[in-house]
Amino acid sequence: MDLRPDPADEQFRAEARDWLRAHRPSRPLPSGDTRAGFAAHLEWERTLHDGGWSVVSWPRRYGGRDASLWQWLIFEEEYAAAGAPQRVTQNGIFLLAPTLFEFGTDEQRDRILPAMAAARQLWCQGWSEPGAGSDLAALTSRAVRDDAAGGWRLTGHKTWTTRGAFCTHLFGLFRTDPQQQRHRGLTYFLVPLDAPGVTVRGFGRFDGDEGFADVYLDDVFVPDADVIGEVGAGWRVAMATTGSERGLTLRPPGRFTAAAARLVQLAGDRPDRLTGRLREQVVRAWLGARAYHLFTLAQVTRMLDGDPPGAAASLNKIHWSELDIALHRTALELLGPDAEVDAEWTRGFQFSLAGPIYAGTNEIQRGIVAERLLGLPRR
Amino acid sequence: MWFALTDEQATLRDAVDDLLTAECPPAVVRAGWPGGDPAPLDRLWTALAEMGLLAAAVPESAGGLGLTEVDLVPPLTAAGYAAVPLPVAETAAVAGPLLAAAGDPGGQLAALVEGRCRIAVAGPGGLVPYGQRADLLLILTPPDGARLVRPDEVATTPVPTMDGSRAALRLTGDPVIGPSAGTRLDVPAHLLALTADRATLAASAQLVGLGRRMLDLTVAHVGTRRQFGAPVGSFQAVQHQLADALLGLELAAPAVLAASWAAATGADSRPADVSAGYLLAADAAERTARAALQCHGAIGYTTEYDLHLYAKRVWAIVAAAAGTDHHLDRLGTAIGLPAATAEQGGRP
Ligand SMILES: Cc1cc2nc3c(=O)[nH]c(=O)nc-3n(C[C@H](O)[C@H](O)[C@H](O)COP(=O)(O)OP(=O)(O)OC[C@H]3O[C@@H](n4cnc5c(N)ncnc54)[C@H](O)[C@@H]3O)c2cc1C
Repeated sequence: MDLRPDPADEQFRAEARDWLRAHRPSRPLPSGDTRAGFAAHLEWERTLHDGGWSVVSWPRRYGGRDASLWQWLIFEEEYAAAGAPQRVTQNGIFLLAPTLFEFGTDEQRDRILPAMAAARQLWCQGWSEPGAGSDLAALTSRAVRDDAAGGWRLTGHKTWTTRGAFCTHLFGLFRTDPQQQRHRGLTYFLVPLDAPGVTVRGFGRFDGDEGFADVYLDDVFVPDADVIGEVGAGWRVAMATTGSERGLTLRPPGRFTAAAARLVQLAGDRPDRLTGRLREQVVRAWLGARAYHLFTLAQVTRMLDGDPPGAAASLNKIHWSELDIALHRTALELLGPDAEVDAEWTRGFQFSLAGPIYAGTNEIQRGIVAERLLGLPRR
Repeated sequence: MWFALTDEQATLRDAVDDLLTAECPPAVVRAGWPGGDPAPLDRLWTALAEMGLLAAAVPESAGGLGLTEVDLVPPLTAAGYAAVPLPVAETAAVAGPLLAAAGDPGGQLAALVEGRCRIAVAGPGGLVPYGQRADLLLILTPPDGARLVRPDEVATTPVPTMDGSRAALRLTGDPVIGPSAGTRLDVPAHLLALTADRATLAASAQLVGLGRRMLDLTVAHVGTRRQFGAPVGSFQAVQHQLADALLGLELAAPAVLAASWAAATGADSRPADVSAGYLLAADAAERTARAALQCHGAIGYTTEYDLHLYAKRVWAIVAAAAGTDHHLDRLGTAIGLPAATAEQGGRP
């Protein structure tokens, strides 16, 4: 065991910190889940890309810097500590890209990854349907074979699609074999949202932003080149993506250690409100972030040792989502009456409430932990 | 950066694990309760000494293994898992290194190394867990020292405890310890503070081990106990309690290991890291104890079943530690929080 950072990693940290300090937007951007805010965010993400910091862990040929897992964690820490904006491109970069690295063809990788890294192709996740949330395998959107055209015709309705109204492309699961049971007959498709037959309708989330979209598909043609993995193997491909979504890639610990540091600062600024109870809450929230950081270091060590996290990603998901609420709820108490005024903590709190729902609800995650990690019997 | 045990550390842990599986099954823990036969306990102590664990943190020059706090955490976690009813952590993590650092003025180190001397440590209120089974009692007397006494050199009385295997004594003298009793250890304040943190680390490691033991027991039970025609472990309310128990333990374990690293490397962050590890471990172990008891139903609430041996040890260790408030306060100060100033409830 050696918890000292590598000198090369510290050098990487310094480089990232300097660059972020010099280039991050000087004022907070409007929410990326509104149309105007999204545009402002894209400008920032292109700056990030031009600096070579958009996808640090990717190979250079796709716009990355071949950074190690340690360096990626460090970058995320520095990014959050610098107060740089949330990535509006994250669903592509953190969910689709890992899938392409694992299941895509060279042609797909060459075509998609550089455009994604440069925030030119903007991807949203089209999994959920009105009748298929937790029970994703109940999805009914279908793809029918069009041999003559060399592809598939997609029809159905995806919903709760994050930033779907602003994105250019969707990745999603469609039923290609209605004869097969549930998760067997599914295929993973890529769909340009400007294709004929696609209708997108944005709608408001709990926090007021127009962050959700319904995506209606009516006989939308998709060529064979836009199938990821084998036809009928969509479930397996998608489950590989959920691992990234629940685990580290979507919510690395730097985000929470930075939020915890801001919370400690807020408490210092508001000693008039710091009761013993609130002080304990601040310490416990800070501790939750610290614990997640250390847990991640151990997890990354295991990964580099060749042991992928698998179902253990569900532990991350439960922890970070509940921690995020605790951090923000405590901040609201420190703010007192000001907590209802629309501002960063207030907005962050509203968004944190979604954490136990998206990326697989925490009830589902606890079931996975119980059955796959503890080996408890299935119902 | 590499956050995993070295091969040597894993080997020591496995060796201790194997030994405890063989020599410290629940029947031996029960032997530690009043009226039990001390023979298996003595055998266990000798075996642990032969393995080198009791003197693991004593320098090699004094016959120990010369290991660090990091090396001690895995075997002490195993000792927690087994609920060893002897002052293993007290001797190995607290007394051994302190005695060595103080220059062994009473010449007791050799006996400790050879397993001929068990040392129990006095805690808050003069309560000495395992005092009835110890050859020496270590009494920390901050700010500038400690004292090592034989139980017959001071006034004590045996006290019954929630966890019967703790075999505690209470120091009853007034003042608690006579000025001439035993051997005085002159140690600087910073070494006493380190010693206290080692005790906290040892408590944290044992709490993690105890939590894992209770979780294992519970998983085994709910997998076979059937109600309503199904194993109770397939019910979601049961599954979710145990998933949360695992989550707590999985997050606590790396924090305890990181705290031991801070202690071993003399990092400035040691007090904060030790408190952080303790808070996470104590919380996880207590929650696991509650969940384990609940998910067992009434069988868990019997003394014939083993769960109580491990659950009661959790509450006993938590009671003997410096306390949640102390660690919360120390950590809060370390991260830069001002003291609590506002009235409870905040300003109107
Ligand atoms: C902010 C946000 C962003 C999202 N972004 C996207 C996106 O970009 N793309 C996308 O495809 N989807 C997205 N979603 C949808 C998300 O994936 C689903 O909300 C989620 O999978 C839960 O499904 P549901 O909402 O239908 O709830 P339901 O499945 O109807 O669940 C309702 C309640 O029942 C519980 N429940 C259901 N089944 C079980 C069970 N077997 N055991 C125990 N409890 C159960 C749930 O835990 C929950 O508490 C997003 C959701 C949110 C909130």
